[in-house]
Amino acid sequence: MVIHDEPTPGEMLPILPGHSSAGRLERVLRAGHFAVTAELAPPDSANPHDVYARAELFDGYVDAMNATDGSGANCHMSSVGICALLTRIGYAPIMQVSCRDKNRIAIQGDVLGAAAMGVSNILCLTGDGVQAGDHPQAKPVFDLDCMSLLETIRGMRDKAEFLSGRKLTDPPKVFLGAASNPFAPPLDFRPHRLAKKIAAGAQYIQTNYCFDVPRFKEFMARSRDLGLLEKVFILPGVGPMASARTANWIRNNVPGIYIPDAVIERLAGAKDQKREGQQLCIELIQQLSEIEGVSGIHVMAYRQEESVAEIIESSGVLQGRVPWYPGRDEKLLQERATS
Amino acid sequence: MYSVRRWAVRHAGALDRFYQGFETLIVKLHPLWEKIGYQRLERPVAKIEQLCKGLLFDCKMCGQCALSETGMSCSMNCPKNLRNGPCGGVRQNGNCEVKEDMRCVWVEAWDGNQKMHTGERILAVQLPVDFSKKGSSSWLSRVREVQQQAVTKHTAEQSTGKQQ
Repeated sequence: MVIHDEPTPGEMLPILPGHSSAGRLERVLRAGHFAVTAELAPPDSANPHDVYARAELFDGYVDAMNATDGSGANCHMSSVGICALLTRIGYAPIMQVSCRDKNRIAIQGDVLGAAAMGVSNILCLTGDGVQAGDHPQAKPVFDLDCMSLLETIRGMRDKAEFLSGRKLTDPPKVFLGAASNPFAPPLDFRPHRLAKKIAAGAQYIQTNYCFDVPRFKEFMARSRDLGLLEKVFILPGVGPMASARTANWIRNNVPGIYIPDAVIERLAGAKDQKREGQQLCIELIQQLSEIEGVSGIHVMAYRQEESVAEIIESSGVLQGRVPWYPGRDEKLLQERATS
Repeated sequence: MYSVRRWAVRHAGALDRFYQGFETLIVKLHPLWEKIGYQRLERPVAKIEQLCKGLLFDCKMCGQCALSETGMSCSMNCPKNLRNGPCGGVRQNGNCEVKEDMRCVWVEAWDGNQKMHTGERILAVQLPVDFSKKGSSSWLSRVREVQQQAVTKHTAEQSTGKQQ
């Protein structure tokens, strides 16, 4: 059978000297550009167009998009599935891997499969507890933790072997990342934990929502004292809050999100709370981008994905740079021809 | 027991010193253990270990004890079995994300660690848990590990000596 409308597979870029992956995100970061990543809302459907429609919202504004792995312990389309769809048309996904649902056998298999499909970025997470999501009856796995997961994948990439020591014929060439939450206790331990993650293989860090800039600055200063800033790219997380009520709900119900009272008060006092939430997000991006050691920004616009492009545009952090998206170069050529 | 386990963390310094002495002693007794046979010792020693450490630390008998690296707070009591530090879900009051009324095992570990003279061990990256060791004695396993290290070191020295 011949299928005439077969999608053109995303072609791999060559791996530059000193790089771990063929990915665009690593290229952008190592070239010293301010990188932008965003979280893609995973669909509750088996329709590939749901994924593409959500990815399209970020066209021209993000260098990579995170495919979440049952975030908040809620069930959605898998990160491997989303990545398979995205790489088909050349998008650069960051595949999130959580230790909650899979053991070391399943995870290592997924890493190989993902790398074979062209996934160049992996984010290693422990994962929220099952109590947080829509299937609290599920058996939590937690065979590895985020740290041993980083070490495991680094071993697969650099030593070309499974955790068992069995050899791989072709190692997965991936850029390895981890998460960090500078706002959760014990605060003194957080920079040391970052150091451990770097020692275990983390090359970039995406943090949880950052609403408290002074606390984040303190975390960065401690990390600098430990000599960590030259070893890792840090992308603090931000996101617009739809209203004071949403912010309050998130603060109380989503694990690990710290929102100071001042933020909630500011939202509550605004006429258009949604607009104010976006404005706050833009201001946070601008303030965070000024901090020493910040290499980019990670936008998690839960249920407001359509506002990401405008937020990034208004913040001005891309400085006129247009990240790749399917059809970008053709469009730029056309624009040049008509002007 | 939760209250005893928290007491143990508050006295992490003393318990660590005691354990260091205890470990030196059981390592020295290796010839005796070998005479009796490690296999024969495994079950009774594991039982004693479970009783002592169960009472003090709510030990889960993972068989690869890391208490000296975790401020005497057993990390297997973390609902996510984290061996390398606290997750991002720790509540602002220092309690666990999963068990609301329990103090985070790693917040405790960090406190306990400040009381230990070998405070930097909490910073070392721990290997993935070997679940096949669950239920076995980590004391006996530690003795054999130290013995093995001594033997390897000895053979390495001998071979370099020969080269010279």
